[in-house]
Amino acid sequence: MKAFADLYRRLDETTSTNRKIEVMVAYFRTAPPEDAIWSIRFLIGRKPRQVVPTRKLMEWAAELAGVSDWLFEASYDVVGDLAETITLLLPKASGSSDRPLHRWVEEHLLPLRGLDLEVQKKAVLAAWNRMDDVQRFVWNKLITGGFRVGVSQRLVVRALAQFSRIDAAAISHRLMGDWPPTADYCRQIISPDTHDADISRPYPFYLCYPKEGDPESLGPVKDWQIEWKWDGIRGQLIKRSGQVFIWSRGEELVTDKYPELKIAAASLPDGTVIDGEILPWRKGRPMPFSALQRRIGRKTVGKKLLQEAPVAFLAYDLLESDGRDIRQTALARRRAALSRVISPLPGNRIQISPVVVAETWKEFAALQRESRSRGVEGFVMKRVDSVYEVGRLRGSWWKWKIDPLSVDAVLIYAQRGHGRRAGLYTDYTFAVRQGDGLVPFAKAYSGLSDAEIRQVDRFIQRNTVERFGPVRAVTPRLVFEIAFEGIQKSTRHKSGVAVRFPRIARWRQDKTVEEADTIETLTALMPLGSEH
Amino acid sequence: MNDILQLNPKGLYCSEGDFYIDPWQPVNKAVITHAHADHARWGCRSYLCATDGKGVLQARLGSDASIETLDYGEVKTVNGIALSLHPAGHILGSAQVRIEKDGQILAVSGDYKREPDPTCTPLEPLRCHVFVSESTFGLPIFRWPDPAVVMADINAWWQSNRDQGRTSILFAYALGKAQRIIAGLDPTIGPILTHGAVEKFNACYREAGSPLPPTQYVGALDDKQILKRSLIIAPPSADNPSWLRRFPDRIRAFASGWMRIRGNRRRRSVDRGFVLSDHSDWDGLVETITATAAEKIVVTHGYATEMSRWLNEGGRQAEVIPTVFRGEENDAGSESES
Repeated sequence: MKAFADLYRRLDETTSTNRKIEVMVAYFRTAPPEDAIWSIRFLIGRKPRQVVPTRKLMEWAAELAGVSDWLFEASYDVVGDLAETITLLLPKASGSSDRPLHRWVEEHLLPLRGLDLEVQKKAVLAAWNRMDDVQRFVWNKLITGGFRVGVSQRLVVRALAQFSRIDAAAISHRLMGDWPPTADYCRQIISPDTHDADISRPYPFYLCYPKEGDPESLGPVKDWQIEWKWDGIRGQLIKRSGQVFIWSRGEELVTDKYPELKIAAASLPDGTVIDGEILPWRKGRPMPFSALQRRIGRKTVGKKLLQEAPVAFLAYDLLESDGRDIRQTALARRRAALSRVISPLPGNRIQISPVVVAETWKEFAALQRESRSRGVEGFVMKRVDSVYEVGRLRGSWWKWKIDPLSVDAVLIYAQRGHGRRAGLYTDYTFAVRQGDGLVPFAKAYSGLSDAEIRQVDRFIQRNTVERFGPVRAVTPRLVFEIAFEGIQKSTRHKSGVAVRFPRIARWRQDKTVEEADTIETLTALMPLGSEH
Repeated sequence: MNDILQLNPKGLYCSEGDFYIDPWQPVNKAVITHAHADHARWGCRSYLCATDGKGVLQARLGSDASIETLDYGEVKTVNGIALSLHPAGHILGSAQVRIEKDGQILAVSGDYKREPDPTCTPLEPLRCHVFVSESTFGLPIFRWPDPAVVMADINAWWQSNRDQGRTSILFAYALGKAQRIIAGLDPTIGPILTHGAVEKFNACYREAGSPLPPTQYVGALDDKQILKRSLIIAPPSADNPSWLRRFPDRIRAFASGWMRIRGNRRRRSVDRGFVLSDHSDWDGLVETITATAAEKIVVTHGYATEMSRWLNEGGRQAEVIPTVFRGEENDAGSESES
């Protein structure tokens, strides 16, 4: 635990990418594999689920610290992070624990789940008692299911590659899917033999880079394969050794959530891996994303839901054919092979994402303006000779999204942020005008610069008119342009609409509340026939 | 507040003695607890402060400010009121103001700390009937590590940066915190350089007899080579690209009580945060307030609402007086201003 806590502290201390890699490489050099495997897991964001109820943890910490509930809450409000609040309040540590990470995780953390609360309490208190401040913080993060550190999976892969001198793509591949947190697997991750047998394992996704400005700069239209940008969940369909696996881009195995796709994919030949998009689909066109949202949260689905929100898989690319990794062949050839695999399939659960044809970029621009009515987000443009790479890179694959919708809205509620924004009011609720009043319609967290955040924070502190717990109602005075991707009717929202991916486009310091948009303007943005 | 001290729009006023304590606006007579900008405002006709603090106050207010002094413990009688100043341990010359009338004793703490500080006289606990206490860090999450350990960490950090040939830049408030740190630096590691705002107060400290190792104003540096080995002390306001540009290979750190909270450190995106404050932590506030045995505690600055509620729950009579400065804003840059 010492080495891991130290690794955490060093990563947390620096903002430099190179320094973070250095720190990780130094850690991997000395960490025993049975510890390193857990570290890798936590660093790439596979944190354990919460094992102890937050309420209880607060209660135990407050009790041990001799702090009343309201004072704990007041402290939490200032710190903005539960694990940290607990760490800061606990009685001073008397030592630090030498017990290795894997033993803390395997013998103390994981077995906590589902235990009687009294037993959990004893175990947690005993752990706190043995640990120093950084260890306690890391431990608290792990048991509350909130462990995060400022490194991306890509950075961890780079560090592992640098340390082991194995190709980063191979390591990336091995970190996908389900794997056991064992010393053996740790050795396998950095094994020079890059032939991996696991039949369920997906390939890392190749993502499109946002295209800004004129697509003319991409050169001749004929060099590009252009498809609609579907608004669903990116996924991979795998059929190997008679079994089907469906992965989401979040590297979650979702096979059981989409039984209709599982059945359809069973007819694929063995040794096939298809990259595509999972979409709610009916009568030859996509349904609103909210239909898919009903499916995402469920482990299994009932008949009713299957009928109300059926899905289809729109195939983009073929990554493995006849058991062979074909990612290094040109897109045009992969597309031809994809079409040969898809066309014999019965039904239309799995279909190929059609190529959009036009002669010039101008024509494409005109077509792109139809996106919203087609239920898509714009275009995806792929070079016909491109290979299938890893990650989001500039150059061969671009997305050309339609401009977001936007309205000018008024800030009415604010709440303190967390993490880097702890202590500052950064979580805002916005309203549009309705008659003489205001009606809230969206929450947004991002889009302002640090300097603007501080300014708005000061405004909130000085213009609070009412408090509801951590939420402050402020004098409606500040106007912001709120951008969002889509809008639908909603019975759950007071405004009667729900917007997708709302964010602050800019602060309209030039506008007064009277100049903000109305609920009528907002609802008029709804596409026809989207009564879902 | 009571019949000896009242709060009015200009600040805390003693009508019988006709003086203000740390007034917010220009007044005739101002008794100043210490020279930080939010306690010592410009434009008063006359000022009274502790003898040790005259140099820094004069440097802050300018040479035409009229400043009287009292030694710690010396009593001045005004209109039947016995006024005296007592060490607060916050910065050089910082004082608690003690007022006694007809056996009734009031004390106004200004800012204070209990931790040892080689650059100022340690806090003298007072006994009084009414105690006006600061509470900048009045939440139990604020507990300071041993300052000796923090100084050792700072020296080790500097040494490690020097070994990599990089300039260490440590941001700390120019008056008080900077000198406290300089006094604890190990000058055998390398040259100690300062921002102009810091160097100005270094001179006042040296004049008052505070033992600071040699420092050099970074703006007057001839030999750029020594930057590789140096530690530069600068005020938080210098943490901007145009000032930093002169030190391309640098590592930045910030010394403040606010660094106790990870979010504050991350927001400033410094490489290191050292938890070092010239204010009391929670335990220090509680101990000091308890030691006064005051019947009534008046809390101001920072988390005053919380501190006062906590005191009331513990059976003590406490109330909050507002301040026009800072309110609850928690800008890690301006700590020592309060």
